[in-house]
Amino acid sequence: MKLFGFFSRGQSAPAARERLQVLLAHERASTGDIDLVNKLRDEILKAISKHMQVDDEKVSIKMERGAQVSTLAVDIEIPFDAGKKAA
Amino acid sequence: MGKVIVVTSGKGGVGKTTSSAALGAALAQNGEKVVVVDFDVGLRNLDLVMGAERRVVYDLVNVIQGEAKLTQALIRDKRVETLYLLPASQTRDKDNLTPEGVEKVIAALKSAFDWVICDSPAGIERGATLAMRHADIAIVVTNPEVSSVRDSDRIIGLLDSKTLKAENGERIEKHLLLTRYDANRAERGDMLKVDDVLEILSIPLLGIIPESMDVLRASNVGAPVTLADGRSAPALAYFEATRRLKGEDLPVTIPGEKRSFLGKIFGRKAA
Repeated sequence: MKLFGFFSRGQSAPAARERLQVLLAHERASTGDIDLVNKLRDEILKAISKHMQVDDEKVSIKMERGAQVSTLAVDIEIPFDAGKKAA
Repeated sequence: MGKVIVVTSGKGGVGKTTSSAALGAALAQNGEKVVVVDFDVGLRNLDLVMGAERRVVYDLVNVIQGEAKLTQALIRDKRVETLYLLPASQTRDKDNLTPEGVEKVIAALKSAFDWVICDSPAGIERGATLAMRHADIAIVVTNPEVSSVRDSDRIIGLLDSKTLKAENGERIEKHLLLTRYDANRAERGDMLKVDDVLEILSIPLLGIIPESMDVLRASNVGAPVTLADGRSAPALAYFEATRRLKGEDLPVTIPGEKRSFLGKIFGRKAA
């Protein structure tokens, strides 16, 4: 922690700039993830529905970002008679 | 076919309405046919800033709901005859703005005007997304201040995903309008500089509007700042911005960069 002198106050704009750069890099990455997950969800659903009937709402896709590894969890509930619709 | 501009920011109070009025008036003062549309349903203010608050009979919501014709709702400016205003509703809820209704109104305005300027409400909700939906060009109004820059970044993300142009795989033209800029404070290191904001948001600069008493003075009397005093520093900056908007390659000057002798003696009180 820097103590400001009585006569010369430190400049505050560089702090603003730095804080914004760090924050926005983080925020841009996380909104990008939401877009990516939505896209993946659509495409996975499309691929599966070619072969069986699944309920849109029974599909959950989650992405978790870790420092070393990120994971993508896809959870799809397949109804009992799903195979019958295969086109 | 006219061009549709959205004036947006995310954050409130940064100068969207002031800028919509000033840019609209400046374009009209150069002979272009302009309509400025207030999308801030429930909290309209463009009418007040443009000095037409006592002439509002019908509004955007009336037109969308089919209660009035577009021509009945449009208010022609008393000073510049090619400048029109389409006010927002003050009493109705913003849920009255339907995507289909907005689409119809914008299409009709586009065919009748050279420029359709949509003054977006603050926030990222329905009003703001509908205001940007049909835009060809977006003007992102930003103050050199952390919360405004952050919200502008968010709005830029929305412009790239929620507009019709973005959905059709086209690029929406985006410009930064930096308002309330104080070159002296930036020079002292107490305000983000133009280059800082440009580097963070990385969209091209349309203009820099200096912090000025003339802006408040103009809104007090109900005149866009370019009409209230066409030779004031903010007015000149808005005139320059409209020239860039029309495609002119004009270098951006930082207003108030040099301080007068008196300014140096009396600090910020002078000028």
